Amino acid sequence: MLDRDEDILKAAESWAEAGKGVALATVVETWGSAPRPAGSGLVVNEDGTFLGSVSGGCVEGAVVTEALDVISSGAPRMLEFGVADEAAWTVGLSCGGRIRVFVEKVV
Amino acid sequence: MNLATLSAINAERAARRPVIVVTDIGNGAQRLVKAVDIARDPLHIELERHLRMGKSSVIEVEGRKLFLNVYAPTAKLVIIGAVHISQALAPLARSLGYDVTVVDPRSAFASPARFPDVRLIAEWPDVALPPLNIDHYTAFVALTHDPKIDDPALLHALERDCFYIGALGSRNTHGQRAVRLKAKGVSEAGIERIHAPIGLEIGAITPAEIAVAIMAEITAQLRLPKASAA
Repeated sequence: MLDRDEDILKAAESWAEAGKGVALATVVETWGSAPRPAGSGLVVNEDGTFLGSVSGGCVEGAVVTEALDVISSGAPRMLEFGVADEAAWTVGLSCGGRIRVFVEKVV
Repeated sequence: MNLATLSAINAERAARRPVIVVTDIGNGAQRLVKAVDIARDPLHIELERHLRMGKSSVIEVEGRKLFLNVYAPTAKLVIIGAVHISQALAPLARSLGYDVTVVDPRSAFASPARFPDVRLIAEWPDVALPPLNIDHYTAFVALTHDPKIDDPALLHALERDCFYIGALGSRNTHGQRAVRLKAKGVSEAGIERIHAPIGLEIGAITPAEIAVAIMAEITAQLRLPKASAA
């Protein structure tokens, strides 16, 4: 309950009210030493602007790309990432885990 | 997520009331459960547990996977007394994620040099406390040892729904405090809400150890089921 990125939902609300396409990406399950706990998330708008994080940096780019597809299609999707790959190690993350991220459009 | 759901979550958060969003991750179906509605929800046992732990996770109900996303307010800690223990307690509580405020009318104690990066209010409790909106997600500790400051502060806390109230002092000191507070109209149940001597019994001696004992007791009160958190 402590220490959450709570401003992302305010951004999501104000973007959606301004008529922009918006998607929420939320970590729903983690295994191993995933960097961010379930409930962590990011919000993306149709311009590709995003706030928040699901992993501490290693998969955000891919999540944003998928979120833009979800904004277009309207259909929610589940993404799964292993964060034990080399790219993750080179940026110094505590890895070896997997995360599942639920991406949904604000409608 | 519906924009209406999103707006409702933000409104509840602004009012410091917890909410849980239940999402069927098979089909995306979603509903919002406000704190006041948890008790009569079919999933109330799981919802209560997740809210208490402040933990979001997937549960399986009748073969469906449901993601319970918990939005709980940031817990506050109000410390009465800019004393030695408070100098250890404030940074410890901040490291645990609490939003910390220290109140002490004695400006020599409540000095920014003694409390870097902590919100300090150098006022008497009757002035300092009402604007703090002490609520269910607030822990309250009285540490001055001075009845002129601690007693009115405790009277204010006892009128509120804070999840923890603790007061520094030996059993003897607390006994005298109970007599004074009762004379001010506090009930026996009110006296029993005050954790005193303050903190878990871990043999704490130094101010830093006492701070650990206090935060351990507050954590237990926040996280353990009510029956075992006494």
